[in-house]
Amino acid sequence: MTTIISSKRSFFFPEIVATCLIAVVAIGAVPLVGSDYLMDAVLTPFLALALAAVGLNLLTGYAGQVSLGSAAFLAVGAYAAYNFSLRLPALPLLLDLVLAGTIAAAVGIMFGLPSLRLRGFYLAVSTLAAQFFVQWALTKFGWFSNDNPSGVIDAPVLRIGSVTFTSAAGRYLFSLGVVTVATLLTLRLLRSQTGRNFIAVRDHEVAAKVIGVPVLRTKLLAFGLSSFLIGVAGVLWAFAYLRTVEPAGFNLDRSFQILFIIIIGGLASLRGAFVGAAFIVVFPLLLSRVGAALLGSLFDSGVLEMSQRIVIGTLIITFLIAEPRGLIALWDRGWARLRAASGKAIET
Amino acid sequence: MFDYQFLLEVLIGGLLSGVMYSLVAIGFVLIYKTSGVLNFAQGAMLLFAALTFVSLVERGTSFVVALAATLAVMIALGIAVERAVLRPLVNQPPITLFMATLGLSYIIEGAAQLLWGTQVHGLDIGVSDIPFDVGGVFISRFDLFAAAVAGSLVALFTLFFRYTRTGLSFRAVADDQFAALAVGLRLPRVWAAVWTAAGIVALVAGLLWGARLGVQFSLSLVVLKALPVLVLGGFDSIAGAIVGGLLIGATEKLAEVYVGPLFGGGIEAWAAYVVALALLLVRPSGLFGQKLVERV
Repeated sequence: MTTIISSKRSFFFPEIVATCLIAVVAIGAVPLVGSDYLMDAVLTPFLALALAAVGLNLLTGYAGQVSLGSAAFLAVGAYAAYNFSLRLPALPLLLDLVLAGTIAAAVGIMFGLPSLRLRGFYLAVSTLAAQFFVQWALTKFGWFSNDNPSGVIDAPVLRIGSVTFTSAAGRYLFSLGVVTVATLLTLRLLRSQTGRNFIAVRDHEVAAKVIGVPVLRTKLLAFGLSSFLIGVAGVLWAFAYLRTVEPAGFNLDRSFQILFIIIIGGLASLRGAFVGAAFIVVFPLLLSRVGAALLGSLFDSGVLEMSQRIVIGTLIITFLIAEPRGLIALWDRGWARLRAASGKAIET
Repeated sequence: MFDYQFLLEVLIGGLLSGVMYSLVAIGFVLIYKTSGVLNFAQGAMLLFAALTFVSLVERGTSFVVALAATLAVMIALGIAVERAVLRPLVNQPPITLFMATLGLSYIIEGAAQLLWGTQVHGLDIGVSDIPFDVGGVFISRFDLFAAAVAGSLVALFTLFFRYTRTGLSFRAVADDQFAALAVGLRLPRVWAAVWTAAGIVALVAGLLWGARLGVQFSLSLVVLKALPVLVLGGFDSIAGAIVGGLLIGATEKLAEVYVGPLFGGGIEAWAAYVVALALLLVRPSGLFGQKLVERV
C-alpha cells in the first residue's frame, strides 16, 4: 500500500484551506446551526466510532494484526472510566479518560500476547477470546458496574474544571476535542520510526526481523496503542453518546462494525477511518428513510434490519473486489482528477 | 467422596456434544484446505440450510422432497458464491477473502431471515432424546445419533478424497494451487465443488443443531463454538476437527461442572478459547495443522 505524495501543489484548493474549512464548520457552524438530533444521533456516534476505527486501523491496517475483539476494548474503556469517576471522584474527567485508555491498553497487551506466536487466522480467532471474556466478566462481576443487576452503567456528567458538557452540542464538542487530539497524536506516531516499524511488520514479518525491527515489541505496542484509542472511544461512546450502556451493547456485531468501517473506509488510512465511520453511521439512517418511502408500511423494523445486513454484506464484498483500498482511494482518485482538470483550465 | 460415575457422565456428554462441534468444524476445514480461506459464513450457511428445510416442511412438503430441495439450494449457493465472490477475488491475500466471507455471512443471514422470517421453528428429525442407561451412566440417544452421522460423514469424505477424481483434485488443489493449475485442473470448478460440499455439511450440521436448539438466528452463532475446535485441531485437518471437537466438548463440560462454580458459572462462552489458546502457545498451528515454512 503505497501513498504517492505529489511534490507539486496545485493552486486549485490548497489542503490547508480545506482543513481550516472543516475546522470552522465542525467547531463553529455545526453547534450553532445543527439540530440536537444531528449532533446527538449522528455526529457524536460518528466521532466515537471514527476514533475506534483509527485505533483498529493502527493495529489491522498498519501493523497487519487482524482483531475481532474491538468491542471488548470499547467496553473496557467505558467501564474503567465509569469506575474511576465513581470511586475516585477527585480525579478530573480528562485524567479518567487517559487512565481508562491505559487500562484498555493493558488488557489489549494481555490479549495481544498470543500474537507473538500466532498469525493470520489463528490470531484472529484468538482475539475473539477477548470479546467473550470481557463481556462475560462485566456481566458476571457486579463490582464493575457498581452492583447493577444487569451490568448497566450510567454516565457521570462530563465536566472539565467548572465547564459542563451536558447539552447535545456540548457533548459533541467534547467528543470533537478528544477525537481531534487523539487523531493528531496518532498521525504523529505513524510518521515516526514506530509507525514505520508497524508497516514493516505488516508487510513482511521475517524481513522486518532481519533488518532489525523489534518485532515482538512492535506487535505488543500496536496492540497496546490500538486498545488505548479504542478504550478512549469507548468512553466517548458510553459517556457522550449513549450515556447508559450495558455489556451486551459491546457484542461481536459491534466489533464487526468497526472492522467494516476500516474495510469500507480504507485500510491503513486515518482519513479512511473517518470516511468509513461516517458511512456506517449515515447509511442505516438513509436506508430506513428510503425504505419507508418506497415500501411504506411493508418496511418494518425487522425487514429494515435484515435488508441492512444484506446491503452491508454486499457492500463489503463489492469494496473488496472493486476497490480494496476503500472509499478513501475513490475519494483521492476523484480529487486528483478534479485537480488535473482544474490545472489544465488554469494553463489554457 | 468424589463421584466418578458423575464424572464419567459429564465426560461422555461432553465428548458427544464435541461431535456436534466437529460437524460444524468439518465444513470450515473443507474450504480452508482447498482454498486457504477461513469461511466465516459457514454458520450462516448452516442457518440458511436449516431454515429453508424447516420452512418447507412447515409448508407441507414431505421430508424427502424438502431435503432434496434444500440440497439443491445449497448446491446453487455454492456455485453462486464461487461465481460472485471467489472468482473476482482470486490471488488476493487470505485475509481479504476472510473479510469477504464475513460480508457473505451478513448477506446469507439477512436473506435467510428476510425470506423465511425470524421466528423460532421447532425441528423434529424423528430421533427421540430418551437417554440410554449404560451401567448407571445416562447417554443421550440423540447425541449418539449425531455421533453416528458425524462418523459416517467423515468416512464418506475419506473415501471420496481417496477414490474419486473430484476428491483427488480437491487434494491436489489443497497441496499446491499452481501445480494443480499446471496439470490442468480447473480451479473455479474445484472451488464450486468444495463450497457445495461445505454446503452439504452445513445442511447436515444445521439439521442436527436445529433439532437440538430450535431453528433460529442463534444457530449461526454455532460458528463461534467451532472456531476454538478449528484452532485446536489445525485449520486444515479433518482428523484435527474431530479430535479438536472431542477435546473442546469434553473440557468445556468438565470446566463448566468443576471449575465454573468457582467463577459463578457461565464460563462456557470462553473456556473453549482459553483451552485452544493455551495449546496454541505450545503448537502455533494446532495439533494437526501444517507447519508454516517462512522465507524472506
